[in-house]
Amino acid sequence: MSEVLVLVDHVDGAVRKPTYELLTIAKRLGEPSAVFIGEVGKGAEVAEKVKKYGAEKVYVVDDAQIKGYLVAPKAEALQQVAEKVSPAAILIPSNVEGKEIAGRLAIKLESGLITDAVDVSADGGAPVTTQSVFAGNYTVTAKVTKGTPIITVKPNSAAPQESEGAGSVEEFSAEISDSAKGAQIVATQPRKATGRPDLNEAAIIVSGGRGTGGDFAPVEGLADALGGAVGASRAAVDSGWIPHSFQIGQTGKTVSPQLYIAAGISGAIQHRAGMQTSKTIVAVNKDEEAPIFELVDFGVVGDLKTVLPAATDEVNKRKG
Amino acid sequence: MNILVCVKYVPDATADRRFEDDNTVDRVGVDGLLSELDEYAVEQALQLKEKAGEASDGQSVEVTALCVGPEKAVDAVRKALQMGADKAIHVVDDAIAGSDAAATSLVLAKAVEKAGSEGGVDLVMCGMASTDGSMSVVPAMLAERLSWPQVTMASVVETQGDQVRIKRDGDTATEVIGATMPLVLSVTDQSGEARYPSFKGIMAAKKKPLETWSLSDIGVDAGEVGLSAAWTAVEDTTERPPRSQGEIVKDEDGSGAIALTEFLAAKKFI
Ligand SMILES: Cc1cc2nc3c(=O)[nH]c(=O)nc-3n(C[C@H](O)[C@H](O)[C@H](O)COP(=O)(O)OP(=O)(O)OC[C@H]3O[C@@H](n4cnc5c(N)ncnc54)[C@H](O)[C@@H]3O)c2cc1C
Ligand SMILES: Nc1ncnc2c1ncn2[C@@H]1O[C@H](COP(=O)(O)O)[C@@H](O)[C@H]1O
Repeated sequence: MSEVLVLVDHVDGAVRKPTYELLTIAKRLGEPSAVFIGEVGKGAEVAEKVKKYGAEKVYVVDDAQIKGYLVAPKAEALQQVAEKVSPAAILIPSNVEGKEIAGRLAIKLESGLITDAVDVSADGGAPVTTQSVFAGNYTVTAKVTKGTPIITVKPNSAAPQESEGAGSVEEFSAEISDSAKGAQIVATQPRKATGRPDLNEAAIIVSGGRGTGGDFAPVEGLADALGGAVGASRAAVDSGWIPHSFQIGQTGKTVSPQLYIAAGISGAIQHRAGMQTSKTIVAVNKDEEAPIFELVDFGVVGDLKTVLPAATDEVNKRKG
Repeated sequence: MNILVCVKYVPDATADRRFEDDNTVDRVGVDGLLSELDEYAVEQALQLKEKAGEASDGQSVEVTALCVGPEKAVDAVRKALQMGADKAIHVVDDAIAGSDAAATSLVLAKAVEKAGSEGGVDLVMCGMASTDGSMSVVPAMLAERLSWPQVTMASVVETQGDQVRIKRDGDTATEVIGATMPLVLSVTDQSGEARYPSFKGIMAAKKKPLETWSLSDIGVDAGEVGLSAAWTAVEDTTERPPRSQGEIVKDEDGSGAIALTEFLAAKKFI
């Protein structure tokens, strides 16, 4: 069986959940191999984690020549691994960096690229992807017809399945060209942890819009009672009430949680683009004509400043 | 300094966007316009031009809009000129229809090379994503084809001589990225509102140079682009069934919160 390369999503060696989802998908297509671009010393630790989800091999690429630069060196390293192992497919996490690595890699390998897959299945070994397009109004299935299929996969596209792989570590030394080092990371400021679930991974999201008037406490209160993450509309972000990393929508994050609660959000098409594939949608809005109500499974016409805190109390009471 | 701004003509997001029988995006039957996200790139290019104009030792900056798209895409090109771009290049050729991101980046790269054959191009500026395809990969692919660095997803852009610095708000961190021109830059919708064309701008645009290039003008073989040369194939497109509206209750004296909690409990979210 051919190897399927999975680029490990991690922060300083701490493996992130999408990696396990990608490995689970890789297993449908062939033999999963993880590619860890990071600190060599952390390779063994990463291998221990990824082998539980089926990784047979773990290519460890030292990032000393890579980490100070944007995207291009990672694409070069992946190209070299791919040229060595001739994989059946390459799976990359669908985030900003992942998509850009994939874009460069596709040109290098003269291979077809599909981005933002929400599902991948095997059709006689060849991957068939499912994507959600036009603000979630269409579902598209597609295939790569040239070269090695390169697919970026969105978070939550598969339930990670445990399956013991060999997890054998192979150090891979990549040659990074000077021209790949053109864009230098001059400064990095890690985002402060909120203590709440990550928006991309959360099963429940409570979002606030302009209707909060700048006070996110009711939104945060309900999110905490339900164990969910906090999101926002662009209007709330543009008003400076909450950082851009919380924005849901076309130019923010696209999420698909089990439950999405929109409070004080009108439901503009650009906002819908980021949330309308959520399983269950709830809205609280004082305007019964607000377009968000067209999508909801349950809606409350009312003032979020009273409805949210009262619901939070109710939820907490029920939890006992 | 020469700046090329890549602007795409896209179907209006507020109209009914759909697919053709061959599963390509319907770009003719649906009204189109300049992709809103590319307006931010035009805006940042114009701001760089204005800043250079204010500086005493200011080198002059020329902003050229570059668009690959069908005949009707000239509307998008004109809008960029009305906003304030100095000139424009529209690459149009029947063979381009149905091109994927890889082929689009090839056409753009060859157009950048031709545009740069006299005077050179220092900066290619893009939007963060096209509002129809929304892959956000063309800038990276273009940079790869040109063998240039990319500094992408900028919320703040600063230049000094041939040095560029951007701020990028990533998923796990905010980064400052530095690079030397020439390079490909993309900007987000956090970079600052795009201006509306003024009446003066609209009038002036009519006299600005607008060149139309075909594939042979830029040395691209028709067989390298279009639907048949695509590296990916759409198998099937299905419209999502519209969501049916659920129960809507009016809050009266706290009844809304109780009903909401009951709904959440029934769905086992509590
Ligand atoms: C290129 C582009 C990209 C965009 N990308 C995004 C994106 O990624 N994400 C995004 O969200 N938007 C995006 N937008 C903006 C989008 O078009 C809307 O402007 C935005 O979503 C509106 O945010 P909102 O619903 O919070 O505000 P509004 O539309 O102003 O709605 C506020 C709502 O709150 C309700 N309300 C007010 N007070 C209360 C109260 N006390 N209790 C209950 N309800 C109350 C009102 O009835 C109203 O329905 C984009 C726009 C453009 C042009
Ligand atoms: N056909 C095109 N003509 C000009 N620029 C384009 C075209 N397609 C994409 N671009 C540029 O590439 C950016 C990202 O596009 P995409 O990768 O399609 O999301 C856009 O914001 C444009 O700046």
